[in-house]
Amino acid sequence: MAKIVVDGVEYEVNPDNNLLQECLSQGLDLPYFCWHPCMGSVGACRQCAVKQYRDEEDKDGILVMACMTAASDGAIISIEDSQAKDMRERVIESLMISHPHDCPVCEEGGECHLQDMTLMSGHNYRRYDKKKVTHRNQYLGPFINHEMNRCITCYRCVRFYDDYAGGTDLAAQAAHHHVYFGRHQDGVLENEFSGNLVEVCPTGVFTDKVFSDHYTRKWDLQSAPSVCTGCAVGCNTTPGERYRSLRRIVNRYNSEVNGYFLCDRGRFGFDYVNSDERLQAASKRVGGGLQAFDEAALSGLLTEFADGEMIGIGSPRASNESNFALRCLVGEQNFYSGLADDEQEATQLVLEMARDQAFHSPSIREIESCDAVVVLGEDVTNTAPRVALALRQAVRNRSLDLAADCNIPAWQDAAVRELAQNERSPLALLSSYASRLDDVASDCVIDSPAALAQQGFAIASELSNQAAAAESDHGDTVKRIAQQLKAAKRPLIIAGTSAGSIALIQAAANIARALHESRGAAIDLCLLVPEVNTLGVSLLANPDNRLGSALSRLAAGEVKKAVVLENDLYRRAPRAAVDSALAKAEQLLVIDQFETATTDQADIVLPSTAFSEHEATYVNYEGRAQLSFQVHRNYRGARPGWRWLMEDADGNVEDLINRCAEEATAFAKLDDLLPAAGDFVASMKIPRQSHRYSGRTAMRSNVNVHEPKQPIDDQSVLAFSMEGIPASKDARLMGAAWSPGWNSNQSISKFQDEVNGELKQGDTGTLLLERSGSGQWYSAPAQAATPAGELQVAPAYQIFGSDELSARSPTIRQRMTDAYVSIAPKDAERLGLKQGDAVSLNGNGSLATACIRTRIKPGTAAVYCGDGQINPHEIGDSVALTKSDVAGERSLSGLIVSDLYEEDY
Amino acid sequence: MYTLIKDTLLTQVRTLWLVFRKLFSKADTVEYPDVQPYMFPRWRGRIILSRDPDGEERCVACNLCAVACPVDCIALQKGEMEDGRWYPEFFRINFSRCIMCGFCEEACPTNAIQLTPDFEMAEYVRQDMVWEKEDLLISGTGKYHDYSFYNVAGKQIAGKDKGEALNESPPVDVRSLLP
Repeated sequence: MAKIVVDGVEYEVNPDNNLLQECLSQGLDLPYFCWHPCMGSVGACRQCAVKQYRDEEDKDGILVMACMTAASDGAIISIEDSQAKDMRERVIESLMISHPHDCPVCEEGGECHLQDMTLMSGHNYRRYDKKKVTHRNQYLGPFINHEMNRCITCYRCVRFYDDYAGGTDLAAQAAHHHVYFGRHQDGVLENEFSGNLVEVCPTGVFTDKVFSDHYTRKWDLQSAPSVCTGCAVGCNTTPGERYRSLRRIVNRYNSEVNGYFLCDRGRFGFDYVNSDERLQAASKRVGGGLQAFDEAALSGLLTEFADGEMIGIGSPRASNESNFALRCLVGEQNFYSGLADDEQEATQLVLEMARDQAFHSPSIREIESCDAVVVLGEDVTNTAPRVALALRQAVRNRSLDLAADCNIPAWQDAAVRELAQNERSPLALLSSYASRLDDVASDCVIDSPAALAQQGFAIASELSNQAAAAESDHGDTVKRIAQQLKAAKRPLIIAGTSAGSIALIQAAANIARALHESRGAAIDLCLLVPEVNTLGVSLLANPDNRLGSALSRLAAGEVKKAVVLENDLYRRAPRAAVDSALAKAEQLLVIDQFETATTDQADIVLPSTAFSEHEATYVNYEGRAQLSFQVHRNYRGARPGWRWLMEDADGNVEDLINRCAEEATAFAKLDDLLPAAGDFVASMKIPRQSHRYSGRTAMRSNVNVHEPKQPIDDQSVLAFSMEGIPASKDARLMGAAWSPGWNSNQSISKFQDEVNGELKQGDTGTLLLERSGSGQWYSAPAQAATPAGELQVAPAYQIFGSDELSARSPTIRQRMTDAYVSIAPKDAERLGLKQGDAVSLNGNGSLATACIRTRIKPGTAAVYCGDGQINPHEIGDSVALTKSDVAGERSLSGLIVSDLYEEDY
Repeated sequence: MYTLIKDTLLTQVRTLWLVFRKLFSKADTVEYPDVQPYMFPRWRGRIILSRDPDGEERCVACNLCAVACPVDCIALQKGEMEDGRWYPEFFRINFSRCIMCGFCEEACPTNAIQLTPDFEMAEYVRQDMVWEKEDLLISGTGKYHDYSFYNVAGKQIAGKDKGEALNESPPVDVRSLLP
């Protein structure tokens, strides 16, 4: 700890940081643009000038940039000094010389860091009467708007997009006052994290295009703390609602999970919530069609239906509460997780590792601090995108070490990068096809999933004699990876269930165990699962209850009734198996948000609420349970799944969470997530609407001039109104971050213990799983031979499309691609396929587009199933491809891969 | 006795005299509505939405009037024309809540929303006091005749390219090396 004096007041600060960061940590107001807590300082904007004094005798001092000066012990500075203030005012005046008169028609207005800083610096009148510089805008795809005139050249966009997120298609161009931030030509911003530009840009150059289509100022949004349901990372989000539709999602800071950034699936994949295709009313099948229930019939529905034994099939995309309610209804022996059989087996293995004390599940923050990483067969960019962004930071640990050796502080961003050049911490990617992380990887091994597992086992046997030996085709690489892991301070092994291979998870466990043997400490083993609550539902369901057996019990007529909760069974099992089971079921009740192939078979269909319409808990890949609050009400007939499934229609979600904590093993700590009403001033509610929420007496007056009573939320500590005590001090329950003078999301520093640290009253979720005992070594399975003429299958995923719900969102649809099968040029030649040809898989009617890629092992085919275009459970471990004559409208447009085979085939 | 007469009788007579005198002075009241009072141009009465000198809607749906409104009686939704011009998809004022404070006019960055001297807004049915954009939008410029927001804003719209607004130089050619 160091002591610095700011304007005569002494503060205890961290000497490893710069003055700007420490001033902000102390809650002082100091304007800045180019500095970002995650990206360090470059001193580009000159906005954070302060006066620094040599000693107490020094009365003159010198002007320094706070972001470029270390907070060294004994530093004496002044923010309030008139020269420093004057400089900041002049700097912002010059930054604003060409800023257009746009605020009323700018999406950033009202949450603009530039507006805040201008006000803070005191610049209020434009004296410069010469011409403004103007720029042409670019088309940047369906997510991001470009309005280059507003730029103040702080360089944050390229520093995030290129340096932090590894993008290649956004750059600073031209020189002096012509500097331009854009692509080399119009086109879609390719990086998966482009949406963060909206929050990173301090002004309105990059704005949210989707939000702009139904724009609302920040102060008019009704928001609440929520959790993203796009994948199993569980990033924290703030969705905002207005006029009964969900308008946007922005990042909500969680020091352990997502920090400051979200992926584009999470940010833009929400507008299915507003879709008219959603199920609207509880209905039953009469003849061929569905007929809505009337209120009276609805109340007795469950009692009538629940008479007798029935099977309950849960879902990894439903909350713990809904799954638990279903389990209570049907009994534990009849409750199924709803995962596909092979995925269930893999997930159980993941859970086994999650309880093994030799391992540790790293959070995103922890992944960023690892200095040697092996990714085994998992395409993290497409299955858990936020992890991929963390890996890009993990490879920078080498440069931070180098900088530390040279006494360069870590926040000196440009210096650290200049010093390190291409020196990176090792990242070994073992995958079936080229991934989007290849540019920072130290080793890329491309092979079939089975062969990759062999490499994994071989790495483990290099590290420990106890691990079973395995054949390896990549001996040198394997040795090198083993050496890197051995030398690392904090090694990390990543695998997951998405490759559909148990052996890969076992191999990852072997590597981690081998490292554990030699080090004694718990080793970071990150096992990824695909959906938001895969772990939660797997913890609730009996591991022996397999979906296949549920379907055969139904098909055999052992049980006549079934309840399916937010699950499309046709995505989880072969069509024939589901068909025969559902045909035999006498009564099928399906709860879901959308019409699916399963609801088409149902006798009773009940609409359920979307993630922003109910309070729920989800368990992420680490076993971290997080609470997501309801943001707005559903004005149609949908109810939360658990509410349909409980006898007591007035049930309270908090009671259900408490009950789940009591009754379900492994969920004992779930009720820690609930805020206690006693924590709040006079037990008053926290308003979801901001203190400047407008239009209260006019928004419904076209319907009726007599204003309705404010809706009461009897479910949570939040209120659907402006009434109550705003959570301006309590970061746990804060929807949109706001602090006086800080209208943009940068106000989050006012809620952090220290900048980039935990939130005050920090609530980062609750880790549910406890570790005890140590498991076993696994041995490499025998390699199964592939039938002649067939290709080994490696499942492929896409960030836009592989998640069932976000794929229903119109925005995401613009970036989705059709089902494809990636093959090597050699195989394409053999099969007579050209780029973009329609291909039939196994001749069973599954169609995909041929995608010929250079970086794929001949003899393997990476199959992307599209959004339900191919049933993955009807394709085995190997596949026979034939050219199809069906002239479809499918194409590869929207596919962004670097290794697409360009030659005319 | 004298005091009693002075305090009761004489004051009564005086009062009668004063009232009688008023019979010959000019009346202050006017025969409204047959006679209309003079309203000062800056009187804060009925709210209107005005148009640009070129006839386009002035309102850009920035929401500042709504947030300035102390009784929250303005609700609107931003829309966007093909050419990038912002406009309100709907604009609603609940005049049964409006207190004619004029904050909306002060907040308006485009001079779109203006208060007029018209005060005759009484209705028999309260629901009729809810005015939509069609009711509010007039065909003229109101009090401010020359101002057109898009002529000073940097945003490009039909008929006004980048660099054609007030005090703007033509768009930069990024590929040029010239200063």
